Amino acid sequence: MANIISDETIEYVGILAKLELSDAEKEQAKADMGRMLDYIDKLGELDTDGVEPMSHVFSAENVFREDVVTNGDDRERLLSNAPQEKDGMFVVPPTF
Amino acid sequence: MSKQYETVIGLEVHVELATKTKIFCGCSTAFGAAPNTQTCPVCTGMPGSLPVLNKQVLEYAIAVGLATNCDITRYAKFDRKNYFYPDNPQNYQISQLYLPICRNGGVEIETEAGDKKTVGIHEIHMEEDAGKLIHDEWEDCSLVDYNRSGVPLIEIVSEPDMRSAEEVIAYLEKLRQIIQYLGASDCKLQEGSMRADVNLSVRELGTEAFGTRTEMKNLNSFRAITRAIDGERERQIDLIEAGESVVQETRRWDDAKGESYAMRSKEDAQDYRYFPDPDLVPITVSEEMLAKIREKQPEFRTEKMARYKAEFDIPDYDIEIITGEKPLADLFEAAVALGASPKKASNWLMGETLRLMKEQELDAGDLRFSPENLAKLIALTEKKVINSSVAKEVFEVMFAENVDPEQYVEEKGLKTESDEGALKMVLEEVIAANPQSVEDYRNGKEKAIGFLVGQTMKAMKGKADPGSVNRMLKELL
Amino acid sequence: MDIMDMTALQLAAAIREGKTTAVDATEAVLARIEEQDKTYNCYVTVDSDGALAQARAVQKKIEAGELTGPLAGVPVAVKDNLCTEGLRTTCSSKILHNFVPTYTAEAVKNLQKAGAVILGKTNMDEFAMGSTTETSAYGVTRNPRNTEHVPGGSSGGSAAAVAAKECFYAIGSDTGGSIRQPASYCGVVGMKPTYGTVSRYGLIAYGSSLDQIGPLTKDVADCAAVLEALSSHDMKDSTSIAREDTDFTAALTDDVKGLRIGIPNDYLGEGLDGEVREAILRAADVLKEKGAVVEYFDLSLVEYAIPAYYTIAAAEASSNLERFDGVKYGYRTEEYAGLHNMYKKSRSEGFGEEVKRRIMLGSFVLSSGYYDAYYLKALKVKALIKKAFDEAFSKYDVILGPAAPTTAPKLGESLADPIQMYLGDIYTIAVNLAGLPGICLPCGLDSKGLPIGLQLIGDCFQEKKLIRAAYSYQQGGELA
Repeated sequence: MANIISDETIEYVGILAKLELSDAEKEQAKADMGRMLDYIDKLGELDTDGVEPMSHVFSAENVFREDVVTNGDDRERLLSNAPQEKDGMFVVPPTF
Repeated sequence: MSKQYETVIGLEVHVELATKTKIFCGCSTAFGAAPNTQTCPVCTGMPGSLPVLNKQVLEYAIAVGLATNCDITRYAKFDRKNYFYPDNPQNYQISQLYLPICRNGGVEIETEAGDKKTVGIHEIHMEEDAGKLIHDEWEDCSLVDYNRSGVPLIEIVSEPDMRSAEEVIAYLEKLRQIIQYLGASDCKLQEGSMRADVNLSVRELGTEAFGTRTEMKNLNSFRAITRAIDGERERQIDLIEAGESVVQETRRWDDAKGESYAMRSKEDAQDYRYFPDPDLVPITVSEEMLAKIREKQPEFRTEKMARYKAEFDIPDYDIEIITGEKPLADLFEAAVALGASPKKASNWLMGETLRLMKEQELDAGDLRFSPENLAKLIALTEKKVINSSVAKEVFEVMFAENVDPEQYVEEKGLKTESDEGALKMVLEEVIAANPQSVEDYRNGKEKAIGFLVGQTMKAMKGKADPGSVNRMLKELL
Repeated sequence: MDIMDMTALQLAAAIREGKTTAVDATEAVLARIEEQDKTYNCYVTVDSDGALAQARAVQKKIEAGELTGPLAGVPVAVKDNLCTEGLRTTCSSKILHNFVPTYTAEAVKNLQKAGAVILGKTNMDEFAMGSTTETSAYGVTRNPRNTEHVPGGSSGGSAAAVAAKECFYAIGSDTGGSIRQPASYCGVVGMKPTYGTVSRYGLIAYGSSLDQIGPLTKDVADCAAVLEALSSHDMKDSTSIAREDTDFTAALTDDVKGLRIGIPNDYLGEGLDGEVREAILRAADVLKEKGAVVEYFDLSLVEYAIPAYYTIAAAEASSNLERFDGVKYGYRTEEYAGLHNMYKKSRSEGFGEEVKRRIMLGSFVLSSGYYDAYYLKALKVKALIKKAFDEAFSKYDVILGPAAPTTAPKLGESLADPIQMYLGDIYTIAVNLAGLPGICLPCGLDSKGLPIGLQLIGDCFQEKKLIRAAYSYQQGGELA
């Protein structure tokens, strides 16, 4: 396996992705990611010099909306799925 | 301090655009609504919702770019900036990294020494604002309000071209003026519609290489910006002098304490994993689009100053002050268009208006009285319906509550007494009650008449025209 | 004819003619679900009361002459990643176990306008990540053709529901083959239209640049009619395209004379099951006999589609799934110490293994220092793949091949080796990268009695050619 994923990398990716893995899961994730990256490395065989990266398949562009208010107060429904709410707001652990 | 240091400053200025709706959905941007009442699936990150760009946001961003001499990117895109925080409902912010809408601009400022200097603009990009977090003291939790989430912003990133707090303020004032003139934003620092993050480093005078910079956030006034710059400069110099090194980090300014602290967290990797947002399509800017936006560009300050000079007989100093703030210039022009004399309108703005603004610490954008009412007040004085001291009283009320001066004068009975018979009776009483002054006046003491006029005005409760009083007194004597 | 054996178009016609009603059809299909779904588990949520209420309302409108469309009154099953107002939508994930959308996906709205009766929400691979419907948090779905086998995925519940006659048609989403492959495994018709044809508004995103919604139906005529109803230019989806040519039923003609069909040699090579290969070639012969011109060619780059796809899809998914954080909706962990711990625990407990695997990979390929080497590289390869298809379509009207290398594998055989599972997407994935339309229809059974799917791929906006070819095949070919 060409790609060796370190503990630090898995830890770092866990911070980025907000995932907490058990030790066993970490080992599994290291192996899986290494194998997947080996596989993706296959793309390196292709010469892509001068190729424009294609993020959109079509030349569709300039899709706009007019600056007109179309939405009203929908707070009650917005909050209907909230795990925790108070005073019309979502409750989260302290951020200050 | 043995060594001489130079401060190097670059700014990231966020400006909230004055659109009616958010950048990617049809929710209102109006200020002050109850929490979460101006939200929808898009701006609250509901699963399955998709963004669609508000055309006005693009037009404002391009307008600001043109007014700050930027190149407009002909093929622009939006990118996602990924980071977890509860004020960011999708946990990514839609912004522009790879192909921002404007690049390579600059504005001219005047330094303390009076020299002209250009501050470069690296880029201007469009992005969405975050929601608001409110700390709940009682339950030790935070509450999230998404009314601000998705409000359109432009971020104007300068080059590290500024060398002092004064230059920073001059640059911000210049930006504010341009953007206000465009009508793209009201640019109020206190309300957060204009926010500046300061990137600052120091280096020994004469060296080429930049020092390590820090980024300072939470600067809500020009005063805070000045204090934070001075404080951070000192802090960095102290570190260097002590042989320590400056750490590249983001710091939060606490204006009450007058100090900053590092905003560090091990959960904060600062790796935003930008990539093109697949939910939004590219923007191509055509010549026609640019021409249309150029056509809509308003008269900017220098043009306005020249026109005022040619059209209105008012002092250069007045022109400079009035055109310095777009709301003042708007008030002035509207009042003049309603028939007010330019000189009088200018006097009200330069005198009472500025005095009260200063006294009450208000911005020109906070002014509440209408040009209609200013024009009416001027007309009342010109027609001598009220005298100048009554006019000042009325103005104060108008300044506070935008009352209609005609109605107010009527209701409060402040009209100057125009019945000469009634005035004559009062004058005769005053003359009879003050024989000494009458005597003095007749003996050539011109000043004595002032006392008699004063007594008459007092008896009339201020509602007389001092000119008429003066004239009639002289006749009677 | 037993109404349960009718196609969607036949049922709608019978309702129009007063031979049956939307209510009768709904009751019948609900009874079938009640009877069978404990075995197949096609549905995550069945909305019996809601469906009956809709059926009554629709029937009234049909009788009043307000609803006259070709699908009016027909009960449909909707994949559980499409938002339905007031009806729980889980993406087959624990993290959305209690999520009730406040709005309905545009595609579903379009069906409602056409008089559809929504029966419920079908099972899928969690967040559409998987090829077997085994990654669902709500149990596996069994293939109605043989319950020891998977139905395919990720739209496995939708495909199985059509095959098990637990609905008259279903809708699914296809990011890398998620409609076509389960259609192949279950022996039904499935179509992914050109990217931008059906609005994605309300589709819970997996890979936004690849996701498209499409029909799963009993036959090609239903497929064309459903796609016609689904398609619209939606101003709420910036990637939605204004098309004039969405009258897909107009292409239901038995005529392939002169149609140029190309079979990529790369699609018949190593890894392809022999019986599948034979069935595909027999299908090509059927079309040839009907007058199509069939040729073999080299498509090139086929083996690069999977790594490019998994890089792009994982990257987009890692970002799309950030919103599931325990703040606004869905699962929040019971106990936590502070904000970031709440995020981590909610997400780690709420997401399944495969989803976490792809989020980790996606976060990594976008992270500082790897973006150019992985993500940007994949976007460049995508451009090359698109070019290869452009060249192919300068010569051919339709590309013909299998939808999957094998027939449906047995339950429990696939998940152990993710990469092996990803390799199974080899014939479908490039179609999503290039934004092309693709249809899969049954073309026979293997010796185990499992259905084999024929895939037809068209150039962008050429759905009608696919529908014409598929319809022609169904008039003469071997079905399943």
